[in-house]
Amino acid sequence: MDPNLRSLVDVAAGLRRGDWSSTDVTRACLDAAKKNTPTTKAYVELMEETALKQAQAADARFAAKTPLSPLDGIPLGLKDNLLVAGTRATAGSGILKDYTAPYDASVIVKLKQAGAVFVGKTNMDEFAMGSSTESSFHGPTRNPRDPSRIPGGSSGGSAAAVAEGSCVAALGSDTGGSIRQPAAMCGVVGLKPTYGRVSRYGLMAMASSLDQIGPFGRTVQDAALLLKAIEGRDPLDSTSAELKPEQLLPATVSGSLQGLKIGLPKEYFVSGMEPGVEQAVRTAVGQLEKLGAEIREVSLPHTEHALAVYYILMPSEVSANLARFDGMRYGSRVTGGSLEETYRLSRGRGFGPEVRRRIMLGTYTLSSGYYDAYYLQALKVRRLIANDFAQAFADVDCLVTPTSPITAWNIGEKMDDPLSMYLADVFTVAVNVAGLPGISVPCGLSQGLPVGLQLIGRHFDERTLLRAADGYEKAVGGFENMLTKS
Amino acid sequence: MKLTIEQVEHIAGLARLALTEGEKEKFQRQLSSILEYVEKLGQVDTARVEPLYHSVAMENVLRPDEVKECGQETRRRLLGEFPDKEGDLLRVPAVFS
Repeated sequence: MDPNLRSLVDVAAGLRRGDWSSTDVTRACLDAAKKNTPTTKAYVELMEETALKQAQAADARFAAKTPLSPLDGIPLGLKDNLLVAGTRATAGSGILKDYTAPYDASVIVKLKQAGAVFVGKTNMDEFAMGSSTESSFHGPTRNPRDPSRIPGGSSGGSAAAVAEGSCVAALGSDTGGSIRQPAAMCGVVGLKPTYGRVSRYGLMAMASSLDQIGPFGRTVQDAALLLKAIEGRDPLDSTSAELKPEQLLPATVSGSLQGLKIGLPKEYFVSGMEPGVEQAVRTAVGQLEKLGAEIREVSLPHTEHALAVYYILMPSEVSANLARFDGMRYGSRVTGGSLEETYRLSRGRGFGPEVRRRIMLGTYTLSSGYYDAYYLQALKVRRLIANDFAQAFADVDCLVTPTSPITAWNIGEKMDDPLSMYLADVFTVAVNVAGLPGISVPCGLSQGLPVGLQLIGRHFDERTLLRAADGYEKAVGGFENMLTKS
Repeated sequence: MKLTIEQVEHIAGLARLALTEGEKEKFQRQLSSILEYVEKLGQVDTARVEPLYHSVAMENVLRPDEVKECGQETRRRLLGEFPDKEGDLLRVPAVFS
């Protein structure tokens, strides 16, 4: 097998044995990216020159037997809303098509210190707003497992890149499912950390009370290693948390389901789910039980309101965060007859339709006379949703649900009906609303397309999620094996 | 809630967004259907519920108010992003004219 298709753990072991160099693996990833770009368009920009320099430096460290970390020399994909100093960062938006990041995001500083190699910037829905990676200014990303279909979104480029082997692992961001849902649809592992585990400094803000940066990998252990490298308190993000020693991720995940109490929220198994998805998820739950977990049915009574809460809170925060794009200090400026016209033209032409839709929705829900009915009411129901989870976690260690009610749909299918696109997020948004960690792992196929299993944990208890997910992955003989079977 | 075209225009004005006539109608339809969906939240009894602003509880996070230099390279890049400038100064349209 080509090294770029192996797990991060295997690639790292091979680097230490001298089976291949970081330059070999990096070149293989760059070649795969170039070969696949006409089909999948996982990347908006390759960082070939700097990537090969980083790989060379890593190879020198391996020759001297002084690697910096388990990520040393590992080629990674980076979602285009993360800032890498001196590299373009467009967030999939026309308003930033020529924007060069002036500084490094805190996660990028950490990855540089760990010796990681950056293959390129991955495609995404404009400012991470979308569930299909079709709203990108650069054009859509396509699913490597079936290029007539979407890869999920908004981090669809990162998920596709990991699935096609144009990087070994990748970073994305998740505001309402943007890591977990594309991971599910492309058949890879994706983890949304607890709000505050990872610094958001240098991540372009979408909805600041919901956004988190997180990893994509081919295995649970791979995702864990990448998350471990970026976790922890950062003085530059006041919402990043000081982690207690027991909250820090372990260096190795030792998978086991033995004695774990897993809750099955009955509200997540209602009508509207694709039959093949429900079947794959129910089979996986049966396997978890066979592996020693105790499955208990639990109730999260406010589940049906989570999507409405999300689609009020998120656009409200979006409308405030994206006010900074006014054509004055950076981004494209379209000059009009007056200052106000300059604002309106710069924003009207710079932003695509989905971004404008959400800005308008948020402007409305925050406006005088409507604030109490929409925004304040959504914040109150948010507490009820968070309380539901807290009550469930008094009885169980984690929860298991489908990641998405449907598998990857056809390109263009939902573009004219935003509400039907929003409904695809129904199983992922509550996790962000409550700030909890969630992981999506492959659990089989429905009509040939990957299905994701979502595990949800207590605040800062990613350990339990990883332990359960890794135990399941080992029992099914690895996800790749499971997804190639029909 | 069904929005009128005037409301769509008002919101676009508050949000400083230029819209074409065709977009106004499209947004009127789409925003109305989204608002209709989220309005079901009004049915939830929240009489004795406090709003939850932060999902993970946190105290005030304070730090000394100190000036830190950003470095010449970062400064050069920031200046390089100005859409219009005069030397190192950002040029913007007049606010009072």
